Amino acid sequence: MISALLVMIGISLLLGAVLGYSAIKFKVEGNPLVEKIDAVLPQTQCGQCGYPGCMPYAEAIAKGEADINLCPPGGEEGIRKLAELLGVDFKPFGEGAGPRAKAVAFIDENTCIGCTLCLQACPVDAIVGAAKQMHTIIASECTGCELCLAPCPVDCISMQTIPQHIGNWKWQYPTHSIVQVAAR
Amino acid sequence: MWSSPFITTPTSVSQIMLRVLLALIPGIALYVWYFGPAILVSLTLASITALATEAIMLKLRNRPLKPFLSDNSALITGWLLALSIPALAPWWLIVVGTAFGIVIAKHLYGGLGNNVFNPAMIGYAVLIISFPAHMTHWISPNTLGGIGLSFVEQLNYTFNGVLPGGLKLDAVTMATPLDTLKTQLHLGLSVDVIRDMPIFGYLGGKGGEMVAIGFAVGGAYLLLTRVISWVIPATYLGTLFAIAAIFHLADPAHYVAPLFHWFSGAAMLGAFFIYTDPIGSPTTHRGQVIYAAGAALLTYLIRTFGGFPDGVAFAAVLMNICVPLIDAYSQPKVFGKKGDGK
Amino acid sequence: MRKLFKFHGGVHPPTHKTESSRTPIVQAAMPSKLVIPLHQHVGNRAVPTVQVGERVLKGQIIGRPEGRLSSAVHASTSGTVSAVDMQVVAHFSGLPDLCVTIIPDGKDEWIAHSGMDYKQTPHSELRQRLREAGIVGLGGAVFPSDMKSYSHKHKIKTLVLNGAECEPYITCDDLLMRERANEILRGAEVLRELLYAEEVLIGIEDNKPEAIAAMRQAVADDGHARMEVIAVPTLYPGGGAKQLIRVLTGIEVAAGVRSTEKGVQCFNVATAYCAWRAITFGEPLLSRIVTVTGNVERAQNFEVLLGTPVDELVAQAGSKADTYKHIMGGPMMGVDLPSGAVGVTKATNCIIEASQAMFPPPQAAMPCIRCARCAAVCPAELQPQDMYWFAKGKDFGKTQEFHLFDCIECGACAYVCPSHIPLVQYYRFAKSEIWQREQEQQAAEVARERHEFHMLRIEREKQEKAERLAQKEKAALAAKPAAPTPLPVAADPNADPENTLQMRIDSAVAHSNMQMRIDAAAARAKEQVATEQPKNTDALTPQQQAEIAEIEARRAKFHEIASHPGADDESPKQ
Repeated sequence: MISALLVMIGISLLLGAVLGYSAIKFKVEGNPLVEKIDAVLPQTQCGQCGYPGCMPYAEAIAKGEADINLCPPGGEEGIRKLAELLGVDFKPFGEGAGPRAKAVAFIDENTCIGCTLCLQACPVDAIVGAAKQMHTIIASECTGCELCLAPCPVDCISMQTIPQHIGNWKWQYPTHSIVQVAAR
Repeated sequence: MWSSPFITTPTSVSQIMLRVLLALIPGIALYVWYFGPAILVSLTLASITALATEAIMLKLRNRPLKPFLSDNSALITGWLLALSIPALAPWWLIVVGTAFGIVIAKHLYGGLGNNVFNPAMIGYAVLIISFPAHMTHWISPNTLGGIGLSFVEQLNYTFNGVLPGGLKLDAVTMATPLDTLKTQLHLGLSVDVIRDMPIFGYLGGKGGEMVAIGFAVGGAYLLLTRVISWVIPATYLGTLFAIAAIFHLADPAHYVAPLFHWFSGAAMLGAFFIYTDPIGSPTTHRGQVIYAAGAALLTYLIRTFGGFPDGVAFAAVLMNICVPLIDAYSQPKVFGKKGDGK
Repeated sequence: MRKLFKFHGGVHPPTHKTESSRTPIVQAAMPSKLVIPLHQHVGNRAVPTVQVGERVLKGQIIGRPEGRLSSAVHASTSGTVSAVDMQVVAHFSGLPDLCVTIIPDGKDEWIAHSGMDYKQTPHSELRQRLREAGIVGLGGAVFPSDMKSYSHKHKIKTLVLNGAECEPYITCDDLLMRERANEILRGAEVLRELLYAEEVLIGIEDNKPEAIAAMRQAVADDGHARMEVIAVPTLYPGGGAKQLIRVLTGIEVAAGVRSTEKGVQCFNVATAYCAWRAITFGEPLLSRIVTVTGNVERAQNFEVLLGTPVDELVAQAGSKADTYKHIMGGPMMGVDLPSGAVGVTKATNCIIEASQAMFPPPQAAMPCIRCARCAAVCPAELQPQDMYWFAKGKDFGKTQEFHLFDCIECGACAYVCPSHIPLVQYYRFAKSEIWQREQEQQAAEVARERHEFHMLRIEREKQEKAERLAQKEKAALAAKPAAPTPLPVAADPNADPENTLQMRIDSAVAHSNMQMRIDAAAARAKEQVATEQPKNTDALTPQQQAEIAEIEARRAKFHEIASHPGADDESPKQ
């Protein structure tokens, strides 16, 4: 009786010590979930999710405050990845909130007045220019977040969809299956 | 526009399945020769049920009828089940088994290509668990002086349960050789004594051994036409032989000779027609070896130590479950990544 | 007898080679125009160096190689440049790419050119010559040959010359070997010299006995040492570089590994031939042998100027009326040409005219029954049925676990599939999705960094501003030390300057000033819109206007070209 108790106590002490040790040894700094979520997000910093950037949205998701279907630039693929990461069900985009064709901003340089407002709005510093100087967009750095559209007082910024060309062309999903053919 | 390659071989799924059906014919012919035309009744019933349930399920699942009905896979399910259960049975037995196989084991899993289990073997398992009594009424072969029933008499029994001339069912049926062997061994007889009983032939049971040879001939045709590869049949029969030989050599009085295992029960049917079903078997060579060896081991264990007379169907179902695991752990090394660089 | 090795799998499609291999190579007629794509090779697109209306000479460079991995493009004959614009090219996508269109003047006037003795010339110069002559792999992969003829890191023992030509229908290498064996072998000597290779193994499939005999004869006649012509079994895809290397040497070169790391390099026989012409005579790559076969009256091989429209070429072979499409390359890996107007490129080894009877449209695909016939024929020893399963479900991570990128897209799997599943298309789809995702991931990484930097910068500016403000305040305090009633906000100079009321007021004032200015600008702009004077360029002189228009036009064109950045991100196969 006594020996059994002692053994049990001994085991619990040992396991407790192991647990305590590993809690100290393998302590994780910060919240790794937020970083994992942030890594899935497309980093457009567009704020379409209602949060001021990808990181705040990631934090909101991690806290359980935000849904996973609020990021149009990430596409359905993004939702799927978030669902998998968080172990929740896939949730489609709300009505009319789906992703749009990928586009970059374009400044009509004949209309630009050089107010620098768009420069301040750009989350990735993809617009170059100075006060009273013409601005232009570095297309390769533009994430297509559209944050520069609203501040422009003369509406000289437009979004231009990226056309399909040989460099960015993709193979289509095959549609030869008997079920698809029969459904046509 | 479509993408290369622009040419394909003329082989098609329905052609492959048709060859499998053709390969069953020698076995069926010998079946009719030795046991009378009862099997034709159940084959017909199974075919009609298989096609009908397939059509209903395709309709319900909103799939095109023609390509899937003409792929012959439903017929194979029906035929394999009909060949696995007693031919002299009420009509609903084969109908229930076939329908269960097609509806539950095939279409609820996603139809052709997506079924985890062999539908015919699921049908068999359901029948032998639900209606064990009906599954023991095997017709005696003609060579044992059995009263050969005509086709009309078969139909009359199948649908009305009436045998001609007030015969009892026992007069036309018998226990299978495997069953007899098992019960007689329980009674304390030795293998030699049992094998001298009249129902046993040279290799297996009288008649049954010839049907098994018929299936082996069909299997050879499938091998020659490259419909199936040699890996699964060879491994299955080889392993079954080896295990049976070990037991037999250790204790010949209690364990029957390996050839008996080959030519009795559904071993030949299994080796060439059931375990080679591509949908439920592994795709890698190593995986196929593991799968077939496992099936042979299970067949032997169930036959020798289990509660059921034959183990082929249960071995198939049990090995079907293991296929994803076997595939995952038997992936071959790819070109140029075999380690030694050569 | 040399010991040959085997590779896994392979298929035996009907070869259809005798149709076009019975007659000798014919010089194709001068076409009415040449449409020469500037991107005919793996790597960066060549940059156009000619203007519309310019007269060019045969052999003149019209596209300058750009960057390390690129190759030059030349005018195939003399004539006038009629356009430098986007034209449909021979590509799976059917999309246009930048092409130079030349109207030949019929004089076929050569630019000044001269050869060199490869034994007396430094290797770097030889390689430069290959690059400027636009020599690329003519087996279909079009990889710039100068980039393949290095051997500084790895000792190269064997140079493999690929004359296997395993794809059905194609006979251009067969005929080239029969008719120009000597020059092929001399080209092989040049390549051997560049690679310091010890031996040269020439692999030819045994269904080309005439070519084997001609090459063996040429080896004996010219007294080439350590050079052997080897008949290899006819088995598709035995002409794939990796498969041929395996068959001849037993070495397996894995995906993503250069064969030079294993001491082998492989060139197509036609590449060796063209390299010889470029080095010894200074002739750039202007033409190639093209098999025209299939649904034609006279299937045969033509020597075709690069840029010749396919329509004009197939007409010379008598393309029949019921041809419904052109296939460039073989039936196993070829491209379904988007139009007959595309120009012949360096990759065009064969044009198959397809009729419905010869090449019926694909059948609807049945479900996979896991029969593993595909795995049995896969030369890369993959499990195509598993890759298909995951590509179909768009689980791209899993496709990579099943070695998707080891797939060489040879098409053997789809050829044998009894369910007629377009397997290769699934793999191509999965590959391009994965490439795109990787690019997006990289773009996201860059955006994240830039955003973090942006936030940092704003933070720093804020701090600097606050510091400046604090200093100002300190200065103001120091200037008025005896002020009887200092402002309450300035009472505590140690207070966090950011929180001072003064700062808030300052910034509010600044902001409102700014806002006022912006509002004014917006009002002005709106006014301009209203009065139909929207541009800030309207008050300029006509001359300035014209200049601006010109700049805009140039910019538009640049925009168009720049939005087609070429192939640095493309698969080498295309």
